[in-house]
Order: sequence, then structure tokens, then C-alpha cells
Amino acid sequence: MNNLLVANSVSKNFGNFKALNNISIEVPKGSIFGLLGPNGAGKTTLIRIINQITMPDSGEIILDGSPLKPHNIKDIGYLPEERGLYKSMKVGEQALYLAQLKGLSKQEAKERLTYWFDKLDIGDWWNKKIQELSKGQAQKIQFVVTVLHRPKLLIFDEPFSGFDPINASLIKDEILQLRDEGATVIFSTHRMESVEEMCDHIALIHKSNKVLDGKLTDIKRQFKTNTFEVGFQSSNPEEFTQLIKEKFDVFPATFKNLNDDIKMNIKLPQEISSNDLLNFLTSRAEIHHFVEVIPSANDIFIQTVKNN
Amino acid sequence: MNHLPLIIKREYLNKVRNRSFIVMTFLSPMIMIALIAVVAYLSQINNDKQRTISILDETGVVGEIFENADHTTYTLINDAGLETAKELVRAKGDFGLLYIMKSPDTLNLVESINFYSDDSPSVSIISGLERRIEKRLSDLKLQNEGVDIEQIRASKTKVAIAQETFSGEKTSKIDSYLKLAFGGAAGYLLFMFIIIYGNMIMRSVIEEKTSRIIEVIISSVKPIQLMMGKIIGTSLAGVTQFVIWIILGGVLLFVVSAIFGIDLMQIQSPQQDMINQAMAESDAQNIAQDLITGFVNLPILNLCIAFLFFFLGGYLLYSSLYAAIGAAVDNETDTQQFMMPIIMPLVLAVYVGVFTVIEDPHGTISTVFSFIPLTSPVVMLMRIPFGVPIWQQLLSFALLVCTFIFTVWFAAKIYRVGILMYGKKPTYKELWKWLKY
Repeated sequence: MNNLLVANSVSKNFGNFKALNNISIEVPKGSIFGLLGPNGAGKTTLIRIINQITMPDSGEIILDGSPLKPHNIKDIGYLPEERGLYKSMKVGEQALYLAQLKGLSKQEAKERLTYWFDKLDIGDWWNKKIQELSKGQAQKIQFVVTVLHRPKLLIFDEPFSGFDPINASLIKDEILQLRDEGATVIFSTHRMESVEEMCDHIALIHKSNKVLDGKLTDIKRQFKTNTFEVGFQSSNPEEFTQLIKEKFDVFPATFKNLNDDIKMNIKLPQEISSNDLLNFLTSRAEIHHFVEVIPSANDIFIQTVKNN
Repeated sequence: MNHLPLIIKREYLNKVRNRSFIVMTFLSPMIMIALIAVVAYLSQINNDKQRTISILDETGVVGEIFENADHTTYTLINDAGLETAKELVRAKGDFGLLYIMKSPDTLNLVESINFYSDDSPSVSIISGLERRIEKRLSDLKLQNEGVDIEQIRASKTKVAIAQETFSGEKTSKIDSYLKLAFGGAAGYLLFMFIIIYGNMIMRSVIEEKTSRIIEVIISSVKPIQLMMGKIIGTSLAGVTQFVIWIILGGVLLFVVSAIFGIDLMQIQSPQQDMINQAMAESDAQNIAQDLITGFVNLPILNLCIAFLFFFLGGYLLYSSLYAAIGAAVDNETDTQQFMMPIIMPLVLAVYVGVFTVIEDPHGTISTVFSFIPLTSPVVMLMRIPFGVPIWQQLLSFALLVCTFIFTVWFAAKIYRVGILMYGKKPTYKELWKWLKY
């Protein structure tokens, strides 16, 4: 069993509104799984179903080989997008309360809190009230509370919102470390650069349907257009450019380069390999730059959403 | 996993430690007692005021009956005209002048009596004067007819009907007042409790929504657990507050009356008037006895058990509705439209209790309203001291429990959906849709 979490054709309606239509995903153990989609696509509904906050109309969720049960609450740590803490409650007391709700004993919770508070250097906040902390500080507490009970599955919905770049990278490192220690992470965000950086797998939900799913590298391979970015110098640039344009599809390209090169994107038809192109070019020009254009997560997102 | 105790504990401690809750708990009884003390003090000052009323009696038959009373001195003015008498009274600073004009028919003075004063006198002063004059005149008339007044006085009889139920329980009027007081207190207490702590529950739900912690919590506990924990925790805080109020109020009342020597019982209230009247009518000796038998006659055990159950049932029914309202809205100002349907039956219950149960505790209206679940806790609690058949109590309670289960189910549905809804003010139609999610 390599998948920690499997959703089997999960559907959910709210009145006449179809929030999820037959969604199936597989989250491999130890991966960081990006759950992507435009606003209102149904991501939060799916996450709430995984957290047993909402019940699906049909379909089932399998966690670690067996159907999701109420006792699985302690196996999941969830940081919702709409998050907050009791404003007038003290940090320590509140963290203890939330940890106990996740099934930790008071003693355990206290030990782990001390560890985390030391680690994030926030030990002196214990007796402060949440309303005395800044938003970013409160977010840190919230993060600690989410991971404190060492769940198998961590679900982060926009985990970096409200953090400055330093704290965002601190939290990112913590998430990666938790993954390395064996946790599986579902990660929902609109920040494509963090998807690029962190996710191994992604699923894209659009208008209640899953439109894309798989390993990020596979998806990229699937989305690549056999386009190459080239930079070269030629003794007769105009004539040569004209020649290329006759043979291939050419698009303008912009990249930084030390030489005063001619830059272009060349899209190859299926039957021509990159070596063929390279051979064609080397015989006529001096090549400084030759890179396959790999679609970014951002491109894939926009392209997929627009095409659906 | 059962987190209910944990949630109850948090809700309770959170309420009890809240600064404004503490202030309210200790300040309200002080304010109440201070108010009572001020009112008592003022009415005492008022009563202590000495006033002198001068009487100019041209007929010579009425003036002599006025004897000096506690706070009023009567002085007779002789041999003076009305104008001189007025001057004299004003110069002396007397309260007023009672002028009885000479008329041809001494006994027919109906329209020839005047009272002059700077300030207009209170109704009680005037009616006091009228009563005395009327009595004197009718005595005189009777004497003129040759009737012996002493004989009439001697012929006056007093009747006290001894009340007894068919099953042999002795009752009395005092008894009825006692029942009224117990029933009224129980019903009113429930009413107050629902309003105060229902609102507190609602605010606490709204707070969880606005602080956005709700989704974090319900990823760990079931919404219904959270709701019940909230209701129970807040109620326990409420009971704590009530107990402190009663103890502190009692102690303060005792201390204040001891220090200032004010007889707080002097404050007249309509109920007390009724009781006084009842007491005046029965023999002084019997009063104490009546009170004791009245108290013993109260279905104490029934009252206590019924109070516990109806109070609990009624409170849970309403507080779950309050919780549902809190879940449905984003902020307190939006609660108004949903509050009406809750407040209406409550107020109705108290009105029915106050107006019809007193008149006729077992009449149709009282009986019907003591079965309708939204009004039954208050009305039934008011009826029970008058003796309600057990089957009626059980039926009413069964209905209450059914409705209570239904409202908790209903509230839990609304709560479950509502706590995750932000940004729009829901309509009744939408709430209806939520039930089907």
C-alpha cells in the first residue's frame, strides 16, 4: 500500500450546487501533494470531507488502507485557510486545549509544546493572550498546534499567508522536515512557485471536476511542446533566421545572456528530435544557449483552466 | 473520542474568568441592594415628614373627630373667616386647610367641603380625610334616626371560610398567595435565565465564527459536541453566577438593613398589599399557622422535581435555538430577525402565567399553554404549586422532551452548516435549505 490517502469517486452537492463531481485522488505516502484549482473549484469541500467536517454524498475516503472513521481525527492535522484562535485565551492554555482535543494527554502536549516553542523561539509567549500577538506570530502558534500531535497526514490550506519571507521559509523548511520524518502532506495553495518548489504530485480541480492529476514531472512531460529556446550567433543572421522560420515554427524568446545573440523559441514537429535541430543549427551558427522549454506549474494551471 | 468534558471545562473557565463576567457577578447584587436601600430610605424620609393640617369647621360637628396621627397633626381654627384662616395657615407654614362650610342642612355637606394647600395633596391624604368625614356624617345620620351606634358596632361579624379540599387538605388564602409566589418565582427565574444565558451562548458561538477558530475546532470534534459543550459550560457558569448573586444579595441585604436600620420590608409592592389584605382579613393568630400549613401544603417534592426537569428541558430547548442563531449569522447585529420567534413565545408564556394562571390555574388557557412546548416550562412551573395532576405533568414533559430533541437536532443541523458560512446574512429560506445539506 503506497498510498496514504485515496479518495474514490467522491461527490458532494449543496442543494442544487454540485461542489464535487466524482473526484478520485491518490496521495502517495511521504509525498507532498498539491491540491490546486481556481477559487470556488471545490478544494475546500474536498479537504473538509477528508477532515470529516462534511460527509460526502457518495464515494469514500480510504486512509492508510481502511475507510475513514471518526477515530482517524487524531491521524490528521489540518490548517484551514479560514483560521484563527480564541483571542482572549492565553497561548499556552489554548495550545494545550487544542492538543487535547486531538487526543494528546496534557503531559504529552506540554512536553511537545515546550519542544516546539523552543525550536521556533517563541517560549516567552506562553502566558500572552492571542490578541497581544501579531498576525504572523499567531500563525506560528497555529502551525505548531496543527503538527503537534504528529499526524500521518498534514493538510495545509495556504500555509504561508500572513508570513513574512523569513518566517515563510522557516515554515517551509519545517514542512519539508516533517515530510522527511514520514508525514504525508496535502498542500493547497494559489502560489505556484511554492507548488514548483515543494510538490511531488498535484491534482487540479476545476468547476467541481478533477481535470489533471499525477506526478508533477509526468505532468510537465505531458505538457511540454517540444519547444527549444536557443541563442546563437551567425555570420549572416537575417538569412539564417529566415531559413529557420521556413523550416520550423518560431516564437520570440527572452532570456538573459552575455552575448549579443539571436534569441528564439523553436517548436519542433513530433518527427524531428532535439538532436536533429542541434545538428541543423551547429552547421550554420555558433550556439551559446540550447534549452528545452519546460512548462511551469503556473503555465499548466492557466492552460488547463482556460481549456476547460 | 469524547471531548465533551474538555469543551465544557474550557467554556466554563473562559466565561468565569472573563473580566466583565466577574464584574457583573459582583457588581449587580451591590447595585440592586443599593437601589433597594435608596428606595427604602427615601420612602422612610417621606413617611417621616410631619405635616399639620388646619381645620376650619363652621358646622361644629365634624372638626372634633380628627385626632392627631403619626405624621399628621390637626389643629382646629376657631372663630375666623375663610380668608383670615387661609392667611393664618400660610403664615404658619401648615400643609393645608380643610374648610367645612356652614350649610343649612348640617348632615348634607357633600358639596361644601374644600381643601386649600400650596402643593396639590396626594390622593391618600384626600381620601383619608373623606373617609373620616363620611363616617362621621353617616354616624350622625344614624343617630338622628334614633339608631344606637354601639349596637351596630356590636353586630359586626367577621367570617373566615376554612378551605379544605375533598381529599382533606386544608388550604387558605395565604396558601394561594404562597403558591403564586413560588410558581411565579420559578417561572420568572427560568425566563430570566433563558434570556441572559441564551444570549451568552449565542455570543460565544458568534465569537468562534468571527475569530475563525471554528474550522480548527471542528476538525477535531463533532459540531454537536461543541454545541452541547458550549450550552452546558455556559449554563454552569450561569448557575455559578446565580448562586453568587443570591448569596451575595442575601448577605448584603442583611448587612445594609443592619447598618442603616432600614426596615426593607416597608417597601410596598402590589403583591405585598394583597398579602397584607389577606392577613388583615384573617385572625392575627392564625396567620402564622396558615403560613406554615400553606408551606407544608405546597407540593414541595413535586415542585422541586418538576422545577429541575422543566427548567432543564425549557432551558436546553431555548439555548439550542440561541446556538443555532449564533451559528447562522456573522455578527450580533444580524441576530435581530431570528430573535423575534424566540422571544415571542417566552414573553407570551410569562404573560399567560401572570394573567391567567393567577385567575384560574386550571382553566383552559392555562392548561393549553402548559402543554405547548415553547411555553410549557414557564406556564407549567407557575401552575404546579396549585396542584397539577401527575399525568398532565408527565404528558407536558414528554412533549417538551420530544420538542427538545427536535430543536437540538434542528439546531445542530443549522449549527453544522452555519459555522462554516461566512459573509452573507442568511434568510429563513436558506436556513431551510441548510437542513437538507
